[in-house]
Amino acid sequence: MELKEKLVSSFLAFENTVDVDAAVHDIRSQAIKIFEEKGFPTKKEEAWKYTSLNTVLKHDYSIFPKEENALEFKDIKKYFIHDLDTYKIVFIDGKYSSHLSETTHDKIDVCLMSSALSHDKYKSVIDTYFNKIAKQDGLTSLNTAFSKEGAYIFIPKNKLADKPIQIIHFSTGKESAQMLQPRNLIVAEENSQVQIVERHQSLNDNPVLTNSVTEIFVDKNAIVDYYKIQNDHQNASLIDNTYIEQQANSIASVHTFAFGGNITRNNLNFYQKGEGIDSILNGVTIIEGKQHVDHNTLVHHTEPNCESHQDYKGIFDEKATGVFNGKIIVNKEAQKTNAFQSNNNILLSDKATINSKPQLEIFADDVKCSHGCTIGQLDDNALFYMKSRGIAEKEAKALLMYAFANNVLESVKIPQLKTRINKLIANKLGVNIGFDL
Amino acid sequence: MLEIKDLHASVEGKEILKGLNLNVKAGEIHAIMGPNGAGKSTLASIVAGKEEYEVTKGNILLDNEDIEELAAEERAHKGVFLSFQYPVEIPGVTVTNFMKTAINETRKAQGLEEMPAKDMLKKIREKSELLEIDRKFLSRSLNEGFSGGEKKRNEIFQMAMMEPKLAILDETDSGLDIDALRIVANGVNKLKSNDNAIVVITHYQRLLEYIVPDFVHVLYDGKIVKSGTKELALELEEKGYDWIKEEINA
Repeated sequence: MELKEKLVSSFLAFENTVDVDAAVHDIRSQAIKIFEEKGFPTKKEEAWKYTSLNTVLKHDYSIFPKEENALEFKDIKKYFIHDLDTYKIVFIDGKYSSHLSETTHDKIDVCLMSSALSHDKYKSVIDTYFNKIAKQDGLTSLNTAFSKEGAYIFIPKNKLADKPIQIIHFSTGKESAQMLQPRNLIVAEENSQVQIVERHQSLNDNPVLTNSVTEIFVDKNAIVDYYKIQNDHQNASLIDNTYIEQQANSIASVHTFAFGGNITRNNLNFYQKGEGIDSILNGVTIIEGKQHVDHNTLVHHTEPNCESHQDYKGIFDEKATGVFNGKIIVNKEAQKTNAFQSNNNILLSDKATINSKPQLEIFADDVKCSHGCTIGQLDDNALFYMKSRGIAEKEAKALLMYAFANNVLESVKIPQLKTRINKLIANKLGVNIGFDL
Repeated sequence: MLEIKDLHASVEGKEILKGLNLNVKAGEIHAIMGPNGAGKSTLASIVAGKEEYEVTKGNILLDNEDIEELAAEERAHKGVFLSFQYPVEIPGVTVTNFMKTAINETRKAQGLEEMPAKDMLKKIREKSELLEIDRKFLSRSLNEGFSGGEKKRNEIFQMAMMEPKLAILDETDSGLDIDALRIVANGVNKLKSNDNAIVVITHYQRLLEYIVPDFVHVLYDGKIVKSGTKELALELEEKGYDWIKEEINA
């Protein structure tokens, strides 16, 4: 049976596991119909021209976790930023692991989507925010239809999350192939602040397909920093759908570090709904082999005096392929918008590919919008210069690549996270040098 | 220390060095002068190990060991240093980070432990004072936005940090005003010892008033055509290169 049919026909079984009388369930029922109608995207759609899911969809995925699997912290410690005190929301094969998690209800809520969906206490938040900005496309609707588990984070007005929050999804590979559909909701009320680090990690080479949806609401003057670490096994594919709505004078940033996995597609959407907003989208992609990373971004400016800054760096070796498709829409009312987009790429091999496409739709006449794209190679003169100072070729290349991505790394606000990412890059490039001296 | 025998080298099929001989002993300073296009910078790059140049004949020996097959970094590990005529700008790598990496990678290759952070800082402080380099300068991206003089001073700072056995200074005087020239020359002189050697490549005699050479060579059309002492440099300054060309062609 094809995956689509299997998913649609599994919906009845899924309904046995949730409260079908809840208001949310109407949304789910609606969503499965949309998925049934639209299905998975194909290369015929403009937005999916360079990314094919065909090879990923052919596996016989188990859709619901069959059993609870446990993991010992010592075995997976390295996937956490463990030298930093954080809240943790940890899932193993789609099931919440209370053993590995550290949640809170003290002033802020850092807990589970499943409890937020089923307890009255959260009803008004769910009614106000759940599925309000998520697109009605096939993949997002599929996630909505099966939405049950994920992270729920609520930071009330004037509150500061006292420490960063880590959301980690492990897949143990005990199933021969597994599909995961986490659903996260993050609400930062007026004048609040929160930092979140998200990671998807499979623990062996069995195929995993994650179709994740995250809705983030950033109210007036709030600050949300979201960091995505994508450094998964070679058979793990990720479709990451993130929707962010910002109100006046808020700042939201998303950093995406894409170092691994099979096919990774990031759909990152920012909707600005007030004045004085700043949206920051940064990314570093370093891939090789046959890896594929596709960044599809949207920033929609609707009100005057807002900014957006996009900076994506990509390094592609061997037969790796990258896609950057960055769309900026500036409504007629959104005068004095400053929207910047840059996408710089280094190809280390003749067989590596990058498709870079800016899309600017500007309807206001008093704006500053710019986009730039470069595709190049490492500079031989710079390499010789470094080698002549005793730095071997491999290390010299790594240092140049690190330097190339440096301004994105500089904007990471959590020092321990920055150190960790530096180490991931060093590992990725196969060198043992301290970049961050 | 450095012995170059009958060196022929070409780039993209064009022969640039045509049988060059040079013998530099420890404790000596040699100056190589010559008109534009004579092959001075090619010689510097070849000794440092730039791969674009093909050595078609001859040998380069460092302490009696043939280094011709060694990669640039391996030559650096053996104590070869090139002060670049045009230092490369490397955005995103600070001067300090670059030097730490260079020194520790060299130490690793020599089988030594990494230099302790405290010693590294002390050394950076000492050597930057020697070259009268502002601390703030050290946390800037390597050569990015540096003036010509700052770039050259930074090259000699790197030389001071690396403590090479053989330093080749390629047109270090170009782009320097007189004060900077004095600081750079003073730095080089302080680094000079009986155990190391310096080859100064220059177009003009000016630098040699401050870094006084034991020997002066004239490189013309890919060969050393005349050698002498520091007086030769003065003669070249006064009379230009035409008389040498005439002597050769006669």
